[in-house]
Amino acid sequence: MPPLLELVGITKRYPGIVANQDVSLAVQPGEIQALLGENGAGKSTLMKIVYGLVRPDEGEIRWQGEPVVENSPVLARKRGVGMVFQHFTLFETLTVAENIALGLEPADAGRDLEGRIRELSRHYGLAVAPHAPVWSLSVGERQRVEIVRCLLQSPRLLIMDEPTSVLTPQEANGLFATLRRLAAEGCAVLYISHKLEEIQALCHAATVLRAGKVVARCDPTRETARSLAALMIGKAPPEIEHRPAERDGPVVLSVAELSLPPTDPHSTALKGISFSLRAGEILGVAGVAGNGQRELLRALSGEDARAPAGAITLAGRPAGNLGPKRRRALGLAFVPEERLGRGAAPSLSLALNALLTGKRQSLTRAGLIRRGAVERRAAEIVRRFDVRTPGIQAEAGSLSGGNLQKFIVGRELIDGPQLLIAAHPTWGVDVGAATLIREEMLALRDRGGAVLLFSEELDELFLLSDRIAVMFHGMLSPPAPVRQLTPERVGLLMGGAGFEGGAGLAQAH
Amino acid sequence: MLRLTRRTNPSRSLEILAPLVAVALTLVVAAILFVALGKNPADAFAAMFWRPVQDLYGWSELGVKVAPLILCAVGLAIGFRASVWNIGAEGQIVVGAIAASWVALAIGDGGFGLPGWLLPLLAGALGGMAWGAIPALLRTKANANEILVSLMLVYVGGFLLQYVVRGPMRDPMSFGFPQSPMFPDPARLPILLETTRLHLGFALALLAALVAWLFVARSYQGFVFRLSGVAPAAAAYAGFSRSRVIWGSFLISGGLAGLAGAAEVLGPIGQLQPAVSPGYGFAAIIVAFLGRLHPIGIVAAALLMGLFYLGGEIAQLELQLPIAITGVFQGLLLFFLLGADTFVRWRLVLGGTR
Ligand SMILES: Nc1ncnc2c1ncn2[C@@H]1O[C@H](COP(=O)(O)OP(=O)(O)O)[C@@H](O)[C@H]1O
Ligand SMILES: [Mg+2]
Repeated sequence: MPPLLELVGITKRYPGIVANQDVSLAVQPGEIQALLGENGAGKSTLMKIVYGLVRPDEGEIRWQGEPVVENSPVLARKRGVGMVFQHFTLFETLTVAENIALGLEPADAGRDLEGRIRELSRHYGLAVAPHAPVWSLSVGERQRVEIVRCLLQSPRLLIMDEPTSVLTPQEANGLFATLRRLAAEGCAVLYISHKLEEIQALCHAATVLRAGKVVARCDPTRETARSLAALMIGKAPPEIEHRPAERDGPVVLSVAELSLPPTDPHSTALKGISFSLRAGEILGVAGVAGNGQRELLRALSGEDARAPAGAITLAGRPAGNLGPKRRRALGLAFVPEERLGRGAAPSLSLALNALLTGKRQSLTRAGLIRRGAVERRAAEIVRRFDVRTPGIQAEAGSLSGGNLQKFIVGRELIDGPQLLIAAHPTWGVDVGAATLIREEMLALRDRGGAVLLFSEELDELFLLSDRIAVMFHGMLSPPAPVRQLTPERVGLLMGGAGFEGGAGLAQAH
Repeated sequence: MLRLTRRTNPSRSLEILAPLVAVALTLVVAAILFVALGKNPADAFAAMFWRPVQDLYGWSELGVKVAPLILCAVGLAIGFRASVWNIGAEGQIVVGAIAASWVALAIGDGGFGLPGWLLPLLAGALGGMAWGAIPALLRTKANANEILVSLMLVYVGGFLLQYVVRGPMRDPMSFGFPQSPMFPDPARLPILLETTRLHLGFALALLAALVAWLFVARSYQGFVFRLSGVAPAAAAYAGFSRSRVIWGSFLISGGLAGLAGAAEVLGPIGQLQPAVSPGYGFAAIIVAFLGRLHPIGIVAAALLMGLFYLGGEIAQLELQLPIAITGVFQGLLLFFLLGADTFVRWRLVLGGTR
């Protein structure tokens, strides 16, 4: 029997870069195959070629042995190819059900769509509310909508481009069960992820891409996470070890009894949040997505400035009612959850995106942009944070997800802020780049900066944090030193144990 | 079956090609129209678009038409780039003209030692700004759709004009004609070229295009406006207020439209009349998009649109065609531009059922 999908000698060039070079691979029905590679290795491009979004310059796609002459997303879907994208493709102003209907054939969309969404999401443990408007959803919830939309079309080949980067561990496990069931029913899965443990647990085969070329095929169950990483980047990745903070500095950020009502029915109220953060420490915030992290981050960044001035003290100044610019002037840098559209403007160049949060005094003169200074700044970020891009005039939206993330983190770190607030900074970033970003955060701390790190990955929190607090239903547990904590204890708090009598009692030790 | 599918990456060169294609198609359809009307299209085109600009006077008349188009379009384009949709430049022209006339008549010949036209001109800009401030206020305070509000205010402004030329500002010596007295000479805009009607407004329009280019391409605020249009969440993340961009867009575009209205009455018209603009404010929307929202493109597009106005007048005189021909040309051009722009973003696919 011929393979379900076969790629032969696929090459795709972009100006200044070869995204795929002579790539061949085959996928059998019922097989879960991993596609591995660093950020920018060409994985997403290859998958977009299969899905008909990008035309290859050379090479052939074969579907069940037959060459595919014409390809487009519509034709690919008709063949039975489904794809969950790395970047969201949802319309913010529409509801979940409306978004899903838009992705379906009109004939399919009408018939009791909501019922089917509910059933499917219950069946696969992917909680989505059909009536919620998409703009009100967290990144994790949006990802789930995309997955449900795909599964509704009963695909024969499912492409998942980093689907779990925003799912909680429980959700990810639910998804794996789904994928295994789909595979058992004969559906093939092409799976992209940076989480090597995940790939070992899930995939039957792996193809490794490096700089657009296939460098290895292997059986992931016979490899270790370290050997897979070595295949991807060509050498063994450097390892970070937990380094405790050396000294206690003055308080940089303190939050006192911060409570905010929700702005819409789908957001979470913040309830009496208090903590303080000292110079020279990393405070980790754990929690399952949707427990108020998004709302707390907006209140801290100044995008939501409804708080009373005294509820947030930044560098000794009441700041609860200040906007983002004023808080930046007080030494705050911020890496938001969404990189495209919020952390960076996709249709503007990297240079202009470097201007976005840069110090105005040094980058403008008499109201005009000093292009030389802006370009130097962008080039410096690209160089120091190893951003792979054809140049600083490239549109931010053309960068692969991890490279854009490196750029945004770099932009926020490059001026040496007093305080960095980072939401999922290594989200969907490859091992090498994640190491770089983590090292930079540690370096900032060692220089006397403070870091507030929001993450859903406990490994990362335990690796980097000096203290950890847990968010649950809009409350925050008192931060506890990391040496007094175990992942199990934090996991229990994430599930709400100890919060019954209010956050104050949710002692982590 | 024919279908449209989204292009994966629309190209910049197609974007620049689209207006040229639209102009070509407009001329083709116009030629067919002339044939249907029993005119020789070659003669008609020569009469409309060639003979008017055979001499210096013709060019100067083109400059007179182009000035208000450029002034309005560069202002509108700044807002459009920021996704602020001021559709009401026509109303802002009218209110600018009323304000300028009022000041010109009120201060008489004396201008406090300033050139007599300066204060009326400034008043015109302020009047346009004030009219533009209404949609800005309603948008930022009440979240009212600025497209509808600014458009409706065009009609309110029109009625205001009808009222003042019949009421408070009517010339008592006009034998009942609805018009103001002629402005005193010092209040009239200086003429740039002897024996023509080309006035200071034309120079101001070119200056406005230059400053707009500087604003759009080089200035920090221009970057903030653009960012706010293409990535509002990123603008909010960086701490740039959307309200300020909305206010800024309306004050700039309203002010320039008001200036255009003032320059019309202080320049070629010389008094306030019931009609101060033959639709320059609406034509400027077409000009802005035809010029790809870029100041240099806008100057080129305004020259073309000015030629339509000029040619329309000639067609009336020489070809015995109604003046509505100008509107027909504008409509065709807008239609084909929107069509061509669709194909910049989407690709036509033959066959393939859903
Ligand atoms: N539309 C595009 N225009 C220009 N370059 C692109 C475009 N899409 C991807 N690239 C480049 O191709 C390379 C591969 O990108 P991608 O396939 O997204 O990588 P991955 O998914 O493996 O992280 C990157 O260097 C990226 O910058
Ligand atoms: Mg990718």
